[in-house]
Amino acid sequence: MKITAGYSRLKKLTNLLGPFIGLILVISIFSLMPEVSGRFLRLANLTSVATQSVIVALSALGMTLIIISGGIDLSAASNLALSCVLVAYSINLGLSPLLAALIGLVAGGLIGLANGLLITRLRLVPFIVTLGMMGIARGIAKWVARNQKIDAPLTWLNDLMVRTPHPSWLLLSPGIWLMIFLSIIMAVVLKKTVFGRRVVAIGSNELTARLCGIRTDRIKIIVYTISGLFCGLAGVMEFSRLTVGDPTVAMGLELDIIAAVVIGGGSLSGGEGSISGTLIGVFIMAFLRNGCTMMGWPNYFQEIIIGAIIIIAVALDRLRHRQD
Amino acid sequence: MSETPLLSLKKICKSFGPNLILDRVDFELRSGEVRALIGENGAGKSTLIKILSGAYHPDSGQMFISGFPYRPTGPLDGRRQGIAVIYQELNLAPHLTVEENIYLGQEESRFGFMEKKKKRLKVRELLEFLHHPEIQPGSLVKNLPVGARQVVEIIRALISQAKILVMDEPTSSLSQEDTKRLFEVIHKVKAEGVGVIYVSHFLEEVKEIADSFTVLRDGQVVGSGEMAGVSLEELIEMMIGKKLSELYPHFPHRPGEVVMSCQQVQGKKMTGAISLELREGEILGVAGLIGSGRTEFLRTIFGLDRLKEGLVIISGSLVSRLQPGTAINRGLGFLSEDRQTEGLAARMSLADNLTLGYLKPYVKNGLLNNQRQKQAASDWINRLKIKAQSPEQKIWTLSGGNQQKVALARLLHQQAKVFLLDEPTRGIDVQSKTQIYELIGRLAADNRAVIFVSSYFPELLGIGDRIAVFHRGQLVEIKPAADWTEASLMRAAITGKENNSEKNKKVIGANL
Repeated sequence: MKITAGYSRLKKLTNLLGPFIGLILVISIFSLMPEVSGRFLRLANLTSVATQSVIVALSALGMTLIIISGGIDLSAASNLALSCVLVAYSINLGLSPLLAALIGLVAGGLIGLANGLLITRLRLVPFIVTLGMMGIARGIAKWVARNQKIDAPLTWLNDLMVRTPHPSWLLLSPGIWLMIFLSIIMAVVLKKTVFGRRVVAIGSNELTARLCGIRTDRIKIIVYTISGLFCGLAGVMEFSRLTVGDPTVAMGLELDIIAAVVIGGGSLSGGEGSISGTLIGVFIMAFLRNGCTMMGWPNYFQEIIIGAIIIIAVALDRLRHRQD
Repeated sequence: MSETPLLSLKKICKSFGPNLILDRVDFELRSGEVRALIGENGAGKSTLIKILSGAYHPDSGQMFISGFPYRPTGPLDGRRQGIAVIYQELNLAPHLTVEENIYLGQEESRFGFMEKKKKRLKVRELLEFLHHPEIQPGSLVKNLPVGARQVVEIIRALISQAKILVMDEPTSSLSQEDTKRLFEVIHKVKAEGVGVIYVSHFLEEVKEIADSFTVLRDGQVVGSGEMAGVSLEELIEMMIGKKLSELYPHFPHRPGEVVMSCQQVQGKKMTGAISLELREGEILGVAGLIGSGRTEFLRTIFGLDRLKEGLVIISGSLVSRLQPGTAINRGLGFLSEDRQTEGLAARMSLADNLTLGYLKPYVKNGLLNNQRQKQAASDWINRLKIKAQSPEQKIWTLSGGNQQKVALARLLHQQAKVFLLDEPTRGIDVQSKTQIYELIGRLAADNRAVIFVSSYFPELLGIGDRIAVFHRGQLVEIKPAADWTEASLMRAAITGKENNSEKNKKVIGANL
């Protein structure tokens, strides 16, 4: 028994190791480039990358849950934009920043709930429902904002994403702490709770899950709602960073979010994925963007590299699976 | 026997990868003899047939026809050298006529116009000879019933001067009437000096038609001889390698209180309503054809299909809001007939698959204790003798029999009182089957109740206390297993009529 337990622990390690090696590779390549090596690994740059990652990472936490359950959420980025706009709008109405943030959060949750209800009640494919919701949420965001940026007075909300935190003992911006804290919570939820196990079961084989007495519809609705809440939160962070409510923000970001999950070992057919893997996926993309920008490489170059990495990551993942 | 046998195989071996499928198989067939080749699924019968036909080449060993070495280069060459195989799924072109099919690929078809009359005459002659004059040489094969198509195949074999006819499960899709007529044909063919190798599961028929037998088990010949000197039971025991009494082990149990009562239960997918009662410590077998509503009945009771009408009462109290979750809480356990797509989550671990229905014991302060979950799974692995390396092994890496044991262990683990088992022994090896029969027997002895749905009547007769027969969504009859025979079960399942006529002697495992 001891040997097999050790063996499986080793296997889990190698499952994470793949994406992790990729991350190390990206970091070391850039830190060896003579043009940027002096600046790349500096603390200021690292915190800058981390801050940039917060928004994608928060949405990706929810997306990980959805992808493990065998679904997908294409409305994530639109949802985020809607939340961002609503926060700015609420502050302009004279509401307190806290209340404004809550409104953004709840709006995200409601969009997620709507996704979950449509998918389970109408028995529609998640791809289609969330594709529709992608347009609806983006449209509402533009409607609320009258198709332009909403300027809002600065409040403490805008301190959440600064690179140098206000009370300096915080070391990192509140947004990064929030990301770390919620990641740990989600990792525990996924690995150590009955709910997490049920999500994996649904993604692995929904019929079996039903056979085992799991109320699959209810779990799915919860999963989409949680993911919506994370998008709402990411929208609040987006507002914090931009200081305005921009309805066109995060266009196409849903694909980055999905890519992060997939690079981190998530399987689009469900049943597989992990929070730690997803975070590594987020950081691989963030460091790549950052490094390419510092090198002065054009934008299209980044896109090509990231595209290639997604394909390589998934190909390596399949290869690894064939071995077990 | 001094005469040279028509066909003789000496020490034929064949393996695929590491699996030895045929192990030094000896086989003999005399002219004018019908020899039955019997064995369980996976015993090596099909491989042997394919070697005979020339489709496979043996790894070692020799074959002789009438004393001359027989080394076919392929199925066509095999056919030329006199071996005709009639497969279960017949090899006829449906859009050609009977006559065209018979001469398809034969040398004679090269002759021109003049021969046509002669050919037709010959077909007519053979049809008369085989007592099937009603078949028209000019009619399209797709318009013929299955029995007639078989005759066409046989004539095709005779015309090609086949000396050896191999028939693979020829009666599996024939009615009793057609089977009888096929046997007459076989008698005629045999009188012509053709040797027939008859492969079948239906031992009663085999006993009737064959002169001799060869039994394969795990790729080896475990018995052969004259049919006259052997009983049905002996044949079965040779096939399974066990005493019949060991195959269906008996654990003393006595039915007690009614534990589940179904009243006029009709589910969304059921065509009729079913009422029945199940007692503690009772094994209720359910027989019926596919589509008779047996599976739908179980799924409805378990809450997988919506209950349209009727009541399900467990331990005296009504189950409201019938869903799998509530059914499990009330002590029901359901085993799906489809292990691959429904029963198990292939990519999840053995431990997860086993405990998924009942994770409560491993939760403390809202957190799962994975270690205890694995420990519990290990216990079940040992108790049910599941062959697995670790509880963390992915389920798809296990063999079918072991997968099924995990699926059953799940029900035991969730402490079910009423087991609804849909085809629990389908597609698994004999040893696992026996272990599952044993498990069911132990459950009854432990005062739990079992509904056991199966298409395979001998096992229902072997372990059931009572047997219910379903037909087109209706319960035809329910009575003690001892009052049923395989034949009466079959009749009730097909016709849907009760049969309170003759009390046949019970024959266990007759068409294993």
